[in-house]
Amino acid sequence: MTAPAKDNEVWALRLYVAGQTPKSITAFANLKKICEAHLAGRYTIEVVDLLQQPQLAAGDQIVAIPTLVRKLPEPLRKIVGDLSNAERALVGLQLRPAKSGV
Amino acid sequence: MNKLDRQRVATTRSLLKCRTGIQGLDEITGGGLPRGRPTLISGSAGCGKTLLAMEFLVRGATQFNEPGVFMAFEETPEELTQNVASLGFRVADLVKSGKVNIDYVRVERSEIDETGDYDLEGLFVRLGHAIDSIGAKRVVLDTIETLFSGFSNMAVLRAELRRLFRWLKEKGVTAVITGERGETQFTRHGLEEYVSDCVILLDHRVTDQVTTRRLRIVKYRGSAHGTNEYPFLIDETGINVLPITSIGLEHIASTERISSGVPRLDGMLGGKGYFRGSSILVTGTAGTGKSSLAAHFCRAACLRGEKCLYFAFEESPNQIVRNMRSIGVDLEPFVKKDLLHFHAIRATILGLEGHLTEFHKLVEEFAPQVVVLDPVDSLVQAGTTKDATAMLTRLIDYLKMRQITALMTNLISGGELVESSGVNISSLVDTWLLLRDVETGGERNRAMYILKSRGMAHSNQIREFLLTDHGINLQDVNLGPDGVLTGSARQVQEFRERSSARARLDEIERKQRDLKRKREAFEARLVALRKEFEVEADEADWMLSLEESRDRILQSERDEMAIKRKADPISLDRQRKASKGEK
Repeated sequence: MTAPAKDNEVWALRLYVAGQTPKSITAFANLKKICEAHLAGRYTIEVVDLLQQPQLAAGDQIVAIPTLVRKLPEPLRKIVGDLSNAERALVGLQLRPAKSGV
Repeated sequence: MNKLDRQRVATTRSLLKCRTGIQGLDEITGGGLPRGRPTLISGSAGCGKTLLAMEFLVRGATQFNEPGVFMAFEETPEELTQNVASLGFRVADLVKSGKVNIDYVRVERSEIDETGDYDLEGLFVRLGHAIDSIGAKRVVLDTIETLFSGFSNMAVLRAELRRLFRWLKEKGVTAVITGERGETQFTRHGLEEYVSDCVILLDHRVTDQVTTRRLRIVKYRGSAHGTNEYPFLIDETGINVLPITSIGLEHIASTERISSGVPRLDGMLGGKGYFRGSSILVTGTAGTGKSSLAAHFCRAACLRGEKCLYFAFEESPNQIVRNMRSIGVDLEPFVKKDLLHFHAIRATILGLEGHLTEFHKLVEEFAPQVVVLDPVDSLVQAGTTKDATAMLTRLIDYLKMRQITALMTNLISGGELVESSGVNISSLVDTWLLLRDVETGGERNRAMYILKSRGMAHSNQIREFLLTDHGINLQDVNLGPDGVLTGSARQVQEFRERSSARARLDEIERKQRDLKRKREAFEARLVALRKEFEVEADEADWMLSLEESRDRILQSERDEMAIKRKADPISLDRQRKASKGEK
C-alpha cells in the first residue's frame, strides 16, 4: 500500500468549514488522523471558516460543508463530508488507488 | 383574461407584490411576484427561463432600485452577460455599479468525492454574502437542480433545499428559482414541493412547424391571477407577455374621418369615409379587388401627407406597385417620398409571435398613421387559426391604442361562408366591407357592400365594383325584375330602360301639345259666343226702349182723351194704373 505521491512532495490541504459545528470538528479530527498516518511531516492544513471569510467560498467553488480541497499536489481534488469514511477519503485524496480496493 | 378576471386580479392587493417590470407579466399576476417569497419558473430547455429570471433582476435594479443576486449554476457570468446583451441588458455595467451580483456555482461530480456527513452550508454562505454585499432584494437561482447531479445524497439535498427556501423567506428576498420541466412533474426533481407560493410554467410549443412561446401561471397562493396561457415573445427589449386584453378597451375613439380613397365608397360610409383609428376588414373571394381597395386607401393617406405601412404577405412590393399602376393607382412616388413603406414577408417565415414583434418594431420605427395587412389569412399559416385570431386581436388593440387606422384584407375561399372572415376577427373590426362575385349572363362581375360600419349611418346598397384603368368605380346595381343585374346585363337593362323612358316622354309631350291645342280652341269659341251674346243683348235693349216709348205715347193719348171726356180724377187715375199693369 504505497502512496502514489513522491515522498518529498508537500501536500497543501485546505479544509472549508462554517463555524465550530460538530461536523467540522469531526472533519478536522479525521483529516488530522489521515495525514499523520500517511503524510507525516509533509503536509499543511489550512482551515477556512466561511462564516468569517465568506468571500473565499467562490474561489474553490465551495457548496457543501465541510469540503476538503487538495491544492497540492495537482490536480486539485475535492472531498465533501466529515471524512468519517477513511477509506473513501484516502481514495479521494489519491493516497490509495481506487482499484486496489478496500 | 376576461373582464371579471381582471377585476379579480385588480382587487387582490392583500398580498405584497414585487413588480417584475416585465411587459405584461405584472398585469396577469395582478402586480408582480409574491414579495419576499420564492417563485418557481419551470419550462423545458430553451423556453426563456434564464432570460425571464435575468430580466426580473435587471428591471429590479434599473427600474425599482432593488439590487439582485444571480446565482448561476449552468453558465459563467461572461456567458450570461453576453447572452442577454442582445436584449439590451447591460449586466456588466450593473455588476460594476453594484446593482447586480452574479455568482457562478460550478458543481462537478467528477471532482468531488463524498466521505460521510455534509450539508450545503457553503451555498448558504455564498448566497448570504452575495446578498449582503449589495443589499439585494431579489435573488435568482438558475437552476438549482444542477445540485442533484453534483451530489449523491438525496436525503441531505432535499433537506437542504427545504432549508434554503425557508432561509430565503427569512431573508425577505423575492426569489426566482428556475427548473427544468419534468416528465410528470413541473420540474425534474419536484422543486414545486418546496416552492409552493407561485409557479409559472413556460412552454415552447411547435404546432404545424411553427413555434410559439407561452406562459401560464399554474399557481399563485393567496392571489388571483390570469389562468390562461399567454403567448409571449422575446425581442430586443426583453420578454413581452401579451395577455390578450391586457391593453384593455380604453382606447380613445376618434371622430375624425378619413377617406377610403374611393369617393363613392366615402359616400356610402355616411359621406365621409372611415373613422381614424378604426379597423377595417375587407373580405372577398379571389380576384374581387381587395388589394386594389387597399391601394386606394394607401394613396389617399399618402396624398394627405400621412405615412402608410403596407404589410404584404403574398406579393412583392414591385409586383404590387406594377399591378396597381394597371388600375391607375401609382404608388411609386409615395414609396420614393418615404410616405409608403412596404414590408413584404412570407407568413411562414416567422412564428406568430415573431410577426407580432416585427409589427411592433416597424410600427414603432416608421410611426405610420395607416397600416395595411394584405392578407391576414396568410397569418393562419404561421400558426393555428385560434392563435392567429389572438394575435390579430392584440395587433388591432395595439394599433387602436396608437390611433392607427388599419385595413386588413382577407381571402375567403369558395367553400366558406361569404359572411365569414376566416380568422374570426369580424366581430373585432369596426368596418367590414364585403366584395363578392356575381355571375350572370355568362360573365363574372364584382359587387361590393358594407356589411357593417360602427358608429355611422352607412349605405345598405350593393354597388357594382368596377376596376377601371383609372381606379375603382362604384356603380349602382340594377335591380331589374330578374334580380340584381351587373356587367353587360346591367348595361342592356339600362339601355332598355332608357329607351322606354324616352318613349314615355314622347307620349307625354304629345298629350301636352294636344291639351294646349284644345285649350286654345276652347278659348276661341268662348270669345265668339260672347260676341254673339252681346249682339243679342243690344237688340233686346233696343226693342225694350221702343216698347217703352210706344207705351208713353199711348198713355198721353189716353190722358188727353179722358180730359176731353171730362172723366173724374179717380177713374182717370185707375185707368192710368191699369194701363201701367198695376193692381
